Amino acid sequence: MVLLKHELKRGRKSLLIWTLAISAFLVICVFLFPEMKGMMGDVGDIFAEMGSFTKAFGMDQLDFGTFQGYYGIECGNVLGIGGALFAALTGIFALAKEEGNHTAEFLFAHPITRSRAVAEKALAVFLQILICNAVVLVLSLASIAAIGETIFWKELLLLHLAFLLLQLEIAGICFGISACLHRNNAGIGLGLALVFYCLNLMANISESAKALKYVTPFSYAEAADIMRDGALQPRYLAPGMCFLCVGVLAAFLVYRKKDLR
Amino acid sequence: MNAIEIKHLTKSYGKARGIVDLSLTVAEGECFGFIGPNGAGKSTTIRTLLGFIQPTAGSASVFGKDIGKDSEAIRAFTGYLPSEAQFYHGMRVSEILKLSADLQGADCREESGLLCERLQLDTTRKADDLSFGNRKKVAIVCALQHKPKLLVLDEPTSGLDPLMQHAFFDIIRERNAAGDTVFLSSHILSEIEHNCTRAAVIREGAVIACDSVSALAGKKAKRVTLRGDMLSSLSDRLTALSGVKNLTETGKATQFFFDGHVPELMRLLAEAEVPDVTMAEPELEEIFMHFYTE
Repeated sequence: MVLLKHELKRGRKSLLIWTLAISAFLVICVFLFPEMKGMMGDVGDIFAEMGSFTKAFGMDQLDFGTFQGYYGIECGNVLGIGGALFAALTGIFALAKEEGNHTAEFLFAHPITRSRAVAEKALAVFLQILICNAVVLVLSLASIAAIGETIFWKELLLLHLAFLLLQLEIAGICFGISACLHRNNAGIGLGLALVFYCLNLMANISESAKALKYVTPFSYAEAADIMRDGALQPRYLAPGMCFLCVGVLAAFLVYRKKDLR
Repeated sequence: MNAIEIKHLTKSYGKARGIVDLSLTVAEGECFGFIGPNGAGKSTTIRTLLGFIQPTAGSASVFGKDIGKDSEAIRAFTGYLPSEAQFYHGMRVSEILKLSADLQGADCREESGLLCERLQLDTTRKADDLSFGNRKKVAIVCALQHKPKLLVLDEPTSGLDPLMQHAFFDIIRERNAAGDTVFLSSHILSEIEHNCTRAAVIREGAVIACDSVSALAGKKAKRVTLRGDMLSSLSDRLTALSGVKNLTETGKATQFFFDGHVPELMRLLAEAEVPDVTMAEPELEEIFMHFYTE
């Protein structure tokens, strides 16, 4: 577990910054709610009447005037995008950075198998995402309690669970891509995360693009669906978890025989 | 048991040549030199042995362990010194040495302390701030602190000042004397000449000569230099003499290699009254140039 420890130590600054940034945005959003609530009567109607824009963000189903609806939409944007970017970066750098920073020779001059290195690095990515989400959840709950809103436990926990799974899926796919890269390439990771986000918006707007929901992990993290069903949608979750497994498995297979530069 | 056995190893990068059908044996306890210019395939051979890259064809074993199947076992008893040492950003020297020891699964504090002292390495500094030479020292300690029985050194002295080179080779000689095997890859011939017993010469990915260093340097052959005015009349008689090779004439000097009967040569030189004669053992360098200019 030497490499795992090393990875966590090396990633702690990035973890701290992303966790604080996401938490801060989310907490600010929560604290803005009491002030917004008064004005929401009109604004909520306006948001509900903006056609495609309304549908894209699920505001046709969520009421921006209630805390639950407000949190669903804001959380989707802050934790959804922020978490996805963090997960993508963590995943895409995990393996490629050894070659990108020319440390692969140092690492693999030691008696560590490729599989073990991949396993410990995968675990490090998983733990970092877990820690980030745990801190965000705790701070979010504390801020909700602070503004005196009642905590809608089940939906809130499901929503956060969905975003955790979404981040793990994106990280897993990026981890698989990372195994194929010979240098750091943040662009691929960030691009992938944003493409997934946009695919979900497109699927929300257009009926003919609904199939995209099976591709993007943002489909099972759709706040409107979770609030309505009180559950994650298995038909979107299942392919997502498959992508996660394929990504991690691919990393093992590719990295085992990879020529290091 | 042989320390290293390479059999028909080939590594090609797409169309680019790496190494071609390379075979080599290094005995246990030997200090073996691996000579060749940049890009000849020295590093490719080493990187294949340590499992950084997969061979295209052929096989190799290190102390009986297959490089494909038992790579991590090989790396457990091997100390590898890369030609260009790179470390993780932001780490102090002491942290790097600790990480390396942890990855080896060994407590190397004592040996590491001794090595740092001998190489005058300040372990409190950040590796990023170190000069190339000092980074090399960190890599040396990483390679040696777990007391490996095989040392693989890739251009070990680049960046080290002469005093440190001296200190470094003192350590290597001690390790070798204690029974450790040394595989020294270099393009600096004097390093090989002074430290190794056997050596292989690699050119364009293939071994073109492999023998004891003294044989490679042609210990029997002497380099003979004659100076004087009468030389042009002498050259025909010299070429007729058996054992004269590579005869070259430059102005008032004639140079050739001689591995024939010495008294016969002396008689001829005495008869011709050559005023200035130098006979010396050829440097490995000359042999090397001979291999590479063919």
